[in-house]
Amino acid sequence: MEAFTKLDAVAAPIDRANIDTDAIIPKQFLKTIKRTGLGVSLFYDWRYLPDGKTPNPEFILNQERYKGTRILVTRQNFGSGSSREHAPWALLDFGIRAILAPSFADIFYNNCFKNGILPVRLAEDQIDRLFRDIQATVGYRIAIDLSAQTVTLPDQTRWSFEIDPFRKKCLLEGLDDIALTLTHKDRVRQYEERRKGEAPWLFMHHGA
Amino acid sequence: MGRTLFEKVWDDHVVTETEGATLLYIDRQLVHEVTSPQAFEGLRLAGRPVHRPDATLAVPDHNVPTTDRAHGISDPVSALQVDTLEENARAFGVPIFSMNDIRQGIVHVIAPEQGFTLPGMTLVCGDSHTSTHGAFGALAFGIGTSEVEHVLATQTLLQKKPQSFLIRITGTLPHGTTAKDLVLALIGRLGTDGGTGYVLEFAGPTVRSLSMEARMTLCNMAIEAGARAGMIAPDAVTFEYLKNRPMSPRGEMWDRAVAAWQALASDPDAHYDRTMDFDASTLVPQVTWGTNPGMVLPVTSRVPDPETAPDAVSRANIKNALDYMGLRPGTPLDSLKIDRVFIGSCTNGRIEDLRQAASVIRGRKVAPHVSAMVVPGSGLVRMQAEKEGLDRVFSEAGFEWREPGCSMCLGMNPDQLAPGERCASTSNRNFEGRQGKGGRTHLVSPTMAAAAAVAGHFVDIRTWS
Repeated sequence: MEAFTKLDAVAAPIDRANIDTDAIIPKQFLKTIKRTGLGVSLFYDWRYLPDGKTPNPEFILNQERYKGTRILVTRQNFGSGSSREHAPWALLDFGIRAILAPSFADIFYNNCFKNGILPVRLAEDQIDRLFRDIQATVGYRIAIDLSAQTVTLPDQTRWSFEIDPFRKKCLLEGLDDIALTLTHKDRVRQYEERRKGEAPWLFMHHGA
Repeated sequence: MGRTLFEKVWDDHVVTETEGATLLYIDRQLVHEVTSPQAFEGLRLAGRPVHRPDATLAVPDHNVPTTDRAHGISDPVSALQVDTLEENARAFGVPIFSMNDIRQGIVHVIAPEQGFTLPGMTLVCGDSHTSTHGAFGALAFGIGTSEVEHVLATQTLLQKKPQSFLIRITGTLPHGTTAKDLVLALIGRLGTDGGTGYVLEFAGPTVRSLSMEARMTLCNMAIEAGARAGMIAPDAVTFEYLKNRPMSPRGEMWDRAVAAWQALASDPDAHYDRTMDFDASTLVPQVTWGTNPGMVLPVTSRVPDPETAPDAVSRANIKNALDYMGLRPGTPLDSLKIDRVFIGSCTNGRIEDLRQAASVIRGRKVAPHVSAMVVPGSGLVRMQAEKEGLDRVFSEAGFEWREPGCSMCLGMNPDQLAPGERCASTSNRNFEGRQGKGGRTHLVSPTMAAAAAVAGHFVDIRTWS
C-alpha cells in the first residue's frame, strides 16, 4: 500500500448525501478478479450518458476545472451499502487519495485505510463552506497534512481533524496489516489452545 | 457491572490488545466469488497458506444463473469469477459448495442452514449482509477484500471496538406485517446512518416471539441502518433451529455448547451506549418510495413532497430520489403500478418467506402486465418448497420458479430490471441502478410483493381480498 503523508491538490465537490457503493462502482464491474483498472468505471451511471461511453458534461468529474482532482468533497454517509472494496479501488485508480465529508459508512471508511486513501470527517459547516469556496474559485486546492492532522485552505484557514492513532500510523507508513498481525502468531496459537478447552465445538472439523 | 451480549462475544475473542487496536479472533469466514479473488491472489503472491481451511466455507452465489444451470454460465466474465473461486478453494483446501451442489445458495442462507453459523461466534464475510448471522447471537459483520485476505492468512482481524445500541421492541406484530416491515420501519426512524459505529442488539418480547427466519430478516438489514452488526440473544427458538443441522455439534458436545450459549444473553445491569424503544403493535406494512432503505413509509401513505423537507440537503435528497423513481409528490403508494416482482435474496429467500408469499396467491393469477419470479435462497430451501408444493402454487399463479442465488437483488447475473421498470422486491437495497441500470426498486415484505404481483400495483395486504 502506498503511504499517505501530505497531499496538496485540486478538490472536486459532489453535492449529494448517502452516496452508496453501488453508485461509486456499479455491479457489472465487480466481476473482475483484479484490483486495478476500475477508475474508468468510477461513478459510471452518473459519469456517462446512456450510451455508456460518452462523458456526461453535467457530471462534476467530467468538467475541465476539476481535471486532475485528487480530493473529493461530499456529504454525509459517503460509501454506504455494500462492503465491496472495489469502491476504494475505483476511487484510487481514478486518482482520489482523500475524501472530505461529514460522515462515512463504516465498512467503506475501513476499506479506505487498506488502500492508502484518507477519509477525513469535518463538521457540516466546514463542508458547507468548502462547497461554496470550490464553486467560487476555479482550481481551488486543499492541502492535507496527515501527520499534523490538518486541512489547510488557500486563504490559510487551518482546520484540524480527528483520526484513530493506529490507522494514522498504518497510513503514514503504508504498513501491511497481515505482516504486522503475523508478528503476534504465538499469541494466536495460545488463544486457539485455550479456546479449544473452553469451546471445543468451534474447532471440530465441520466436514463440508 | 454486567455485560451485553455483544461485549461477551467480543471479550471471548480478544487475542491481544495491540497498539491502538484489538486483535480479534474470527471463528468462521464465508467466502463468495465476488470479493475473494484478489484476497487469494494476495496470499499467493506472499506465499501464505489459509490458516484454518476448516473454519472457512466457500460458495458461488452472486453470479450464478437461476435458469438452465446445468449448461453452465454463459457470461464469460461471470464464469471466470466462479471458476476462480473453485480453483482457489481447491488450491487452498477450502471446502466449497459448487454451483450444482444441492447445498449451494446465498452465503447468508446456507451457513445457518448447515449449522456453520452458531451462537457466540465471530463470523465474517466479504459481504455487508453478513449481519444476518447475528440472529443467532453471533458477532457477524461484513468486511472488504483486504480483510478477507487478513482473516484467511491469520484467522484474526485488527478491530476498534464498536459501541452498543439496544433496540427494545414490544407489542405484537399486527396481522399482515412481518419482520421485514418491522426492520424497514426501524430504518425509516433511524435513517441509513443512524446505526453507524454501533452493534445493534434487538431485544424485547416481540423479538422473542419471532422465528429464526424472521430474526435473520431483522439482523440482515441492520447494515441498512449503517450498523456494524445486529445481534439477538440465543434462546430455545435458536437451539431448536440449530439442533441436528449437518455442522452443529452433537451429543454431549451439543449439551455443553447449549449451556455456554445460554449464558450469552445480556446481563440485566448491562450498559448500552444508546437505547431506543419501538412499539410494534401499530406497525403498518411498509413500502420504500426512494433510493435508500430509509426512504420508507406505510403503504397507506402518499409519496412525500420535497417542498415540505426541513432543510436544503434533505430537499435535494427527496427530489433526486423522486426524479430517479419517476414519482410525483402526493401519489398514494398503493396506486403505484408495477412491472416486475422479485421474491428472494438473503433478506427474504428462506422457506418461511416462500410459505408466506405462497399463502396469499393460492388460486390467483399474476396480473397480465407483471412479470414475477421466485428465487429460493438455497438448493435446500428450493427442495423443501417443492416438497410442500409451493413451486406449483407459484407456477400456477404465473410466477417463474428459479434456481437459487442472489439473482435480482443486485443483478450480477442476467436477472435485471430494464431502465424505467418498477419492481416490488423483497430484497434489501433500493439504490439507484441496484437491480439494473434505471430500474426502480420498492422494498416490501414477501406477502406484499406476492399480492402486488396479482393486483398489478401495491396493495394494503391487511385489507386486500
